[in-house]
Amino acid sequence: MRYMMLIHHDETALSQAEQKQLWADYAAFNDALAKAAGGETGVRLQPASAATTVRATGDRTDVIDGPYADTKEQFAGYFFVEAADLDEAIAWAKRCPSHRYGSIEIRPVHDPKSGW
Amino acid sequence: MTSGTDEAGRAAARVARDSYGRLVAFLSARTRDVAGAEDALADAFAAALRSWPRDGVPLNPDAWLLTAARRRQTDSGRRRQTRVAAEPHLRLMQDEIEDAAMHAESIPDRRLALMFACAHPAIEHGMRAPLILQTILGLTAADIADAFLIAPSTMGQRLVRAKTRIRDTGIPFRVPEREELPERLAAVLEAIYAAYTKGWSEIDESGTPPLADEAIWLARLVVSLLPEEPEAKGMLALMLYAEARRAARRDEAGGFVPLEAQDTALWDLGLIEAAEALLRDASSGGPAGRYQIEAAIQSAHTARRLSGAETWPAIIALYDHLLALTGSPVVVLNRAVALAEIEGPEAALAAMAALADEPRMQSYQPYWAARGHLAVRAGRRDEAHEALRLAAGLTTDPAIRDYLFSRLAALRDD
Repeated sequence: MRYMMLIHHDETALSQAEQKQLWADYAAFNDALAKAAGGETGVRLQPASAATTVRATGDRTDVIDGPYADTKEQFAGYFFVEAADLDEAIAWAKRCPSHRYGSIEIRPVHDPKSGW
Repeated sequence: MTSGTDEAGRAAARVARDSYGRLVAFLSARTRDVAGAEDALADAFAAALRSWPRDGVPLNPDAWLLTAARRRQTDSGRRRQTRVAAEPHLRLMQDEIEDAAMHAESIPDRRLALMFACAHPAIEHGMRAPLILQTILGLTAADIADAFLIAPSTMGQRLVRAKTRIRDTGIPFRVPEREELPERLAAVLEAIYAAYTKGWSEIDESGTPPLADEAIWLARLVVSLLPEEPEAKGMLALMLYAEARRAARRDEAGGFVPLEAQDTALWDLGLIEAAEALLRDASSGGPAGRYQIEAAIQSAHTARRLSGAETWPAIIALYDHLLALTGSPVVVLNRAVALAEIEGPEAALAAMAALADEPRMQSYQPYWAARGHLAVRAGRRDEAHEALRLAAGLTTDPAIRDYLFSRLAALRDD
């Protein structure tokens, strides 16, 4: 199965991390991900302060300065994994350094062959 | 929950559940579709529950069920029309049934794998026990809803949602790797134990209530499929100790009888012996976990009541061990109650003082019952009165409520 791994960071916690170590961890993780079948390097987003949200309310469409939701953890990036089952995907989430600074949501990618 | 009334009927129904669970597990492990597997076997299973207790169990129960299911599948175009979206699943299921029916003798037992899928951390905590009861035992949503105090329609919806989730999120059907096994097995055992404790409070004249009986059967199944796991044996032992005392827990009028006042002649010595053997076996298998320690505590209670042996100090030591392992306020409470037997009620109340700030304890019936009984013994009448009233207000068991009110009345008459 194909899973999208959605990274949410607590940006304060991330900024307080030992940066050199963090990027070394990330480089190692990306290498491992690239080596694994179906693994491709993920995408890192700019901080939530760079976000703009467009939202329709009734017949009005607002453009809002800021992220979708004002929460402690913000969407920060994603990667895909090809895994036999959820346990394998969970193992990848636990390997990803980001899980120490927030959370990783695991979402199975919709399979058009499944019929709906 | 069993359709036969006599012993042979119950045994036949048991074989039907055994076979049904094995087939659901086998099919769903192949197709990842638990609801589809249940659907494919539902009519055949209902027919087996009707006819086997009456006509006897067929020579090869699996083959009987598969043949009945196959017949049903091929002539139910009607069903397929109503579920166009599910058609690929049903077709796959039909192929699997065809295959399995040809080699019914060699169907592997995947029930343990199915139980691990049902108790996966990605499944809502409270739904793990109901899922296991439904998929492995073929209990209906209505049967399960009753025991878990949830409306049948709600239980049905939540079961469907959980099965969809197993399929869509890719929850695996397998026994976890060594390093993950203890934690994941704990979730399976917890679900089975939850089913047992739901059954434990039900009492009826015919003996063991159905759900407790089914939970013991599941525990035996896990022990037989994972013979190397001491905690599974510990849990089964714990259930058997409790089960052995069932007949003594109520007097002839249906009133509650506390452990110390129970007539031990009513205890089932066979079950106690089986529990002792399991516990011995488990303790040779490595470090003791929660269930083994709790079973050992029950063993000590049993020995004290049967032979008059002084086991309270051993019980305190076991609670210390359990407390170090779990840090649970419930253990603090139980340890304090045991302490009263050695150092008296005041010492026990002092040991419980730390729990007064624990928010969970405020609505925990056994906490107020224990405080009430200890305060009675300590001669603290006002405190006893308040605690016993709260305990009576919190219980859902009428026999225990009556018992608590009788204690309150005795307090007033003193």
